[in-house]
Formats: sequence, C-alpha cells, structure tokens
Amino acid sequence: MSVVTSKSPAAPVTLKSLGRGYFDRIRGGDLGALPAVLGLLVLCTTFSIMRPVFLSSLNFANLLTQGAALTVIAMGLIFVLLLGEIDLSAGYASGVCAAMLAVLLTQHGWPWYAAVLASLVTGAVIGLALGVLVAKLGIPSFVVTLAAFLAFQGVVLLMLKEGTNISIRDSTILAISNNNMTPTLSWAALALGVLGYAATQLWRARRRKQRGLSAEPLTLIALRVGILTAIAGTAVYVLNQERSRNAIIVSLKGVPIIVPIIGVLLVGLTFVLRRTKYGRHIYAVGGNQEAARRAGINVDALRISAFVICSTMAAIGGVIAASRADSVDPNTGGSNVLLYAVGAAVIGGTSLFGGKGRILDAVLGGAVVAVIINGMGLMGYSSGIKYVVTGFVLLLAAGVDALSRRRTAKR
Amino acid sequence: MTATPILELRGIDKSFGPVQVLHDVAFSVYPGEVTALVGDNGAGKSTLVKCIGGIHPIDAGEYFIEGEPVHVHSPRDAAGYGVEIVYQDLALCDNLDIVQNMFLGRERKSGLVLDEATMEEMAAKTLDGLSVRTVQSIRQLVSSLSGGQRQTVAIAKAVLWNSKIVILDEPTAALGVAQTAQVLELVRRLADNGLAVVLISHNMNDVFAVSDRIAALYLGRMAAQLKTSDITHAQIVELITSGRSGDLGLQNGNGAKA
Ligand SMILES: Nc1ncnc2c1ncn2[C@@H]1O[C@H](COP(=O)(O)OP(=O)(O)OP(=O)(O)O)[C@@H](O)[C@H]1O
Ligand SMILES: [Mg+2]
Repeated sequence: MSVVTSKSPAAPVTLKSLGRGYFDRIRGGDLGALPAVLGLLVLCTTFSIMRPVFLSSLNFANLLTQGAALTVIAMGLIFVLLLGEIDLSAGYASGVCAAMLAVLLTQHGWPWYAAVLASLVTGAVIGLALGVLVAKLGIPSFVVTLAAFLAFQGVVLLMLKEGTNISIRDSTILAISNNNMTPTLSWAALALGVLGYAATQLWRARRRKQRGLSAEPLTLIALRVGILTAIAGTAVYVLNQERSRNAIIVSLKGVPIIVPIIGVLLVGLTFVLRRTKYGRHIYAVGGNQEAARRAGINVDALRISAFVICSTMAAIGGVIAASRADSVDPNTGGSNVLLYAVGAAVIGGTSLFGGKGRILDAVLGGAVVAVIINGMGLMGYSSGIKYVVTGFVLLLAAGVDALSRRRTAKR
Repeated sequence: MTATPILELRGIDKSFGPVQVLHDVAFSVYPGEVTALVGDNGAGKSTLVKCIGGIHPIDAGEYFIEGEPVHVHSPRDAAGYGVEIVYQDLALCDNLDIVQNMFLGRERKSGLVLDEATMEEMAAKTLDGLSVRTVQSIRQLVSSLSGGQRQTVAIAKAVLWNSKIVILDEPTAALGVAQTAQVLELVRRLADNGLAVVLISHNMNDVFAVSDRIAALYLGRMAAQLKTSDITHAQIVELITSGRSGDLGLQNGNGAKA
C-alpha cells in the first residue's frame, strides 16, 4: 500500500480509518488521554454518589482553584520530563518564589506587578542554575534537584524568618485564585475559546486540503468542537449559578479567573511544543539524544532551557498558591505538592522515560489529582489515608507508563 | 580513469592518541557509482568515514571535492559540500514520525511556526523519487517501522538535501534477506540517479551485487582500489585478510605501497 506519492491525491482520511488508527495506537500501548479520562469519570461518579455535595457548583469552583497551582507546576515539569529528566525541587522552588512575592509585597511594599516579575525571575534563575549543573557538569538531574529540594526548603524557612507566615493583602494577587469573572464575561470567554479552537482546526484542514495533503474530515472537527462546547458550556453554566451561602451579603458566581489563566498557559505552551522548532527539538532530544546532537541541535542549551521553563512555571504556581492561601508559610510548595504535580503529568500520559507528553496531560492529570484530594476531603478521610491513596495512584500511573513503553518497544 | 572523482582523499593520516588508525590513505569516489569500502573489523572504515564527514579532524592529508582542495572541520562543513552520512547506528528518533525525522535539525519554518505542509510535500517527493513504496504513511512514528524501513528513512534523510555524496556505514548489517535486497536496490538507484555512493559492508555478495568499485582497507592502509569487474571474490577476501593478493595490494609487511 502506497500513500507516499506527491502527485496522486492524498489518501482519503475517513472517520473509520482514524478510528482504526486510534484503536491500533491503544493496542500498541499508546494510551494517550484514555486512563486520565476514564479515571476522572470513575472518580467523579463515585464521589457524587457517596457525597452529593461533590457535584455542587460551590465545590466545583473550589476544585478548580484547588488543582490550579499543581497543574501549572506540572505543565513546567512536562518540559523536563520530555527530556527524560526530573525536577524534584519544583515544589519548593514554587515555595521560594511565593515567599519572594510575599516578602516584597508585604514587607517592602512593592507593587504587585514588580513583585510578580521578581518572583518569576527568581524561578528562571533557579532553573538556570539547575540546568547548568545538569547539562554542563553532567550531574544527574535526580541528584541535583534532590539537593535543591532540601536546600530550597531551608531557603523558604530563612526567608520567612523561621516559620512565621506572611499574609498577602494585595487585591490583585488575591484576585488570581479568589475572584470570578462576571457571568457575561464567562460566556464571552467560552465563546472566544470555542470559536478560536474551531477556526484554527478548520483553517489547518483547509490549508492542507488545498495543497493536496491528507486532512482531517470535517465531521471529526465538528465532533471535537461539539464535545468541547458541551463540556465547557455545562461547566460555565454550572459556575454561573449563585453559589454563595448568603447571596445578599456577598454574591458568588461566574467562572474563577484562574480558569482562563490556565487556558492561556495551556494554549501557549502547547503551541511552543507542537508548532515551533524549539518544541520539536525538545521531543527529539527526549527520543534520541545522539540523533539530535548529530542533527546539529544544541542539546545542552535545550536542556538548560527546559529547566528554566520548569522553574519559571513553578514560580507561577507559587504565585497562584500564595493567592489561594492569602499567605505564604513554610509549607507553601512543600509536603506533597511536587508528588502531586509529577503525578498529574504522569497520570495525564506524560512518560517518565522522556520523549512523550503534552501540556494537556498536566490539565487532565491535574484534574484527576484535584478530584482525589477534593473528594477524599469531603469523605472526611484522614491525611494518612489521603497520602496512601495518592501514592498508590501515582504508582499506578507510572506502572501504566512503564507497561505501555514495553509494549511499544516489543513491536 | 577518465572522470574526475567528486571526492578524493590523498595521504590521510589519523591517530587517536598514540594509536595511528589511518596511514597515508588515498580514496576516490565517483558520481553515478557505488564504491564499496571493505576491510576487516577495526581496519578503519568507520574512522575514514567520520574523517570524511568532519566528525574527526584529519592529522595530515588532502581533501578534494570535484578537484578543488577543501577543508572540512565539522559535520556542517561536510553537509555544505553535499556529503551526507548514514551512520551504523541510524540516529533516528523513535518518538517522531518519518517527516519529522527527515527534517530534524533543518526544519522548514514559515515565520515562527513549523511549515509542516512543505516538509511533508518534500519528504513525500524524496521518498517517491527513491521509489519507496513500503511505508503506509509518512506521518507514521519511526518506532512502528521495520529495520529495513528505518534504513530507508535514514537514507532518504541523507538524499533530501541535494547531497552529492552519500556514505552508508553497514546499512544491511541488521537486516533479513528481503529487506537487505530492498536496501541494496535503493543504494543502486541512488547511484543511477547520479549520486556518488559509498557502501561499507562485510558481505561480499552484497558488495559484488551493487558496487562499481571496491576499496579495501587493511590495518588502516588502503590495500587497493579497483573496479569491481577487474577483481574476483577470492582476491578481495585475500586483500581484506592479508592486505595483498598476488601483485595486488600492499607489497611488503611494513605497508609501503606498490
Ligand atoms: N574514538 C576513538 N578513539 C580511539 N580509538 C578509536 C576511536 N575510534 C576508532 N578507534 C580505533 O580505530 C580502529 C578502527 O576502528 P573503525 O571503527 O574505524 O573500524 P571499522 O573498520 O569501522 O570496523 P568495523 O567493521 O568493526 O565497524 C580500531 O582499532 C578502533 O579501536
Ligand atoms: Mg565500523
């Protein structure tokens, strides 16, 4: 069977052939988003049966802000994981950056934008240091970032003067994790997102068709846009309901501001990984470093840049976490934040072996982790049980990753 | 010999520390021909190829492209003169598809964005030009390809760049009978399209099947470079194992050339 001809029209891509391709991939061990989506369905069904309040719009909004910080940290980690490296310090790096933010805002009276910028620069510098140690000195990233994990824990303590917490009163920073868009703005944002998605898909399909290349059928694009509209539309509808217990004193409705922030990061970073030369080279180095080197790719620079992106995203995660907690304390970014973030990436389908992963994985996996934390909180389980369950889920995801890799290798 | 060689090396010496691997090697490659480079394990074939490709700097000797002396210090220099090498260990990324691999490091862009459509068209045209009809889709991941198909992709990657000289280091070493035949056919087709092809192989049947010329290295010295039609199977084996065969090859033990 030959499709590799430039003159004859490209082979027709039908829904059926795409469906077959999808099942072939799954059989071949590339499960993609399947485990995360299935997990999400099972978890949501279970929790809503056992605790109906799980489905309330108040809890739904709560869940979104709960998962935001770890999702953003996971987005950054995916760059490092794609290279087959790990950053164990991302959690406490977010803590350091959050502490930087709090100190500058509250103790030095900096304006919010300057404090946020300083916190992001702190993240970038941390990433630069980690990246240089890994790429130039050749110390394994596991060791470098484990050392940084310990050191940053201490840095947070030092910055917070041995454990006092610093509260944040700047209204802009507080708005990030606590305020909502108005219902009208929420619908407008949804429309913008859906239309933008549909337009790019259609545009790409049309351009490919014009050049005689195989393009996705319109029905598939319509199906995807339809599903996206249905899910996001329902979410916006639910979030636009009044969810304040005391609506006369304070009204609480609309999509949390953090949602469009996550959306923009998702689209922007996906663009970088999928559509730019830089992103392509990240995948190449993760797939076969020697091949990338021979192709003239500067592997060291790429590796350093991935750590910079990871730590900078951790800084953004730190800002989000600080906003949600209204303060920064020695535990910000600590305890299990890193494991949750790595778990989110892996549950979403990013491989720990490098070369495979998407930014969307962080969002899907982040949703699973947030649902677990939130649902188990509602069930009133102790912290002990929560840790055990989360650890088990992470192990499960890593196991699926390892097995699917073995299946792909065997073919 | 009437034609000028497209690539010519004279008096190449190469040492790694105290070990001299290549001694005064001369080597010529002609357009439209397959030149087989043979020799025992460790004779220096891969080292010679890496010198040609600019991976190892040469200690002494001259390097000519189409009769002009040139200096090659890096893989980029070599690529600039139209030299492409398919290494023994293919250097493909399993997690990328065929098009992505063929353009790795030399991606086409329109503005900031990768120009996937153009790359796909060029890749399809190249594979088409090589009459490659065995892959289902050029958007297939390389991990899903057979050994022969991978070799094909690696070769196509090398000819995508208007290269004039394609050097293949043991392209059939890991392949079965049918796939070996496929790759050899492709090698022959490259030469018939006017490229100069260098084929390293340990399999004398393959060498005699496709080559126009044979160059035999013996312990880092060029024992002989002859037309394939002027030499027998037995003679070439002798050249490989002892550096000489009758009045062919190195004439005395210390390697001075006849
Ligand atoms: N980077 C290096 N450093 C030191 N010695 C080397 C290096 N590369 C090759 N050599 C030596 O050079 C000699 C020739 O090696 P080369 O790989 O060129 O042989 P070859 O003819 O390709 O053999 P084979 O058929 O096994 O591939 C060997 O003795 C090898 O040990
Ligand atoms: Mg070799």
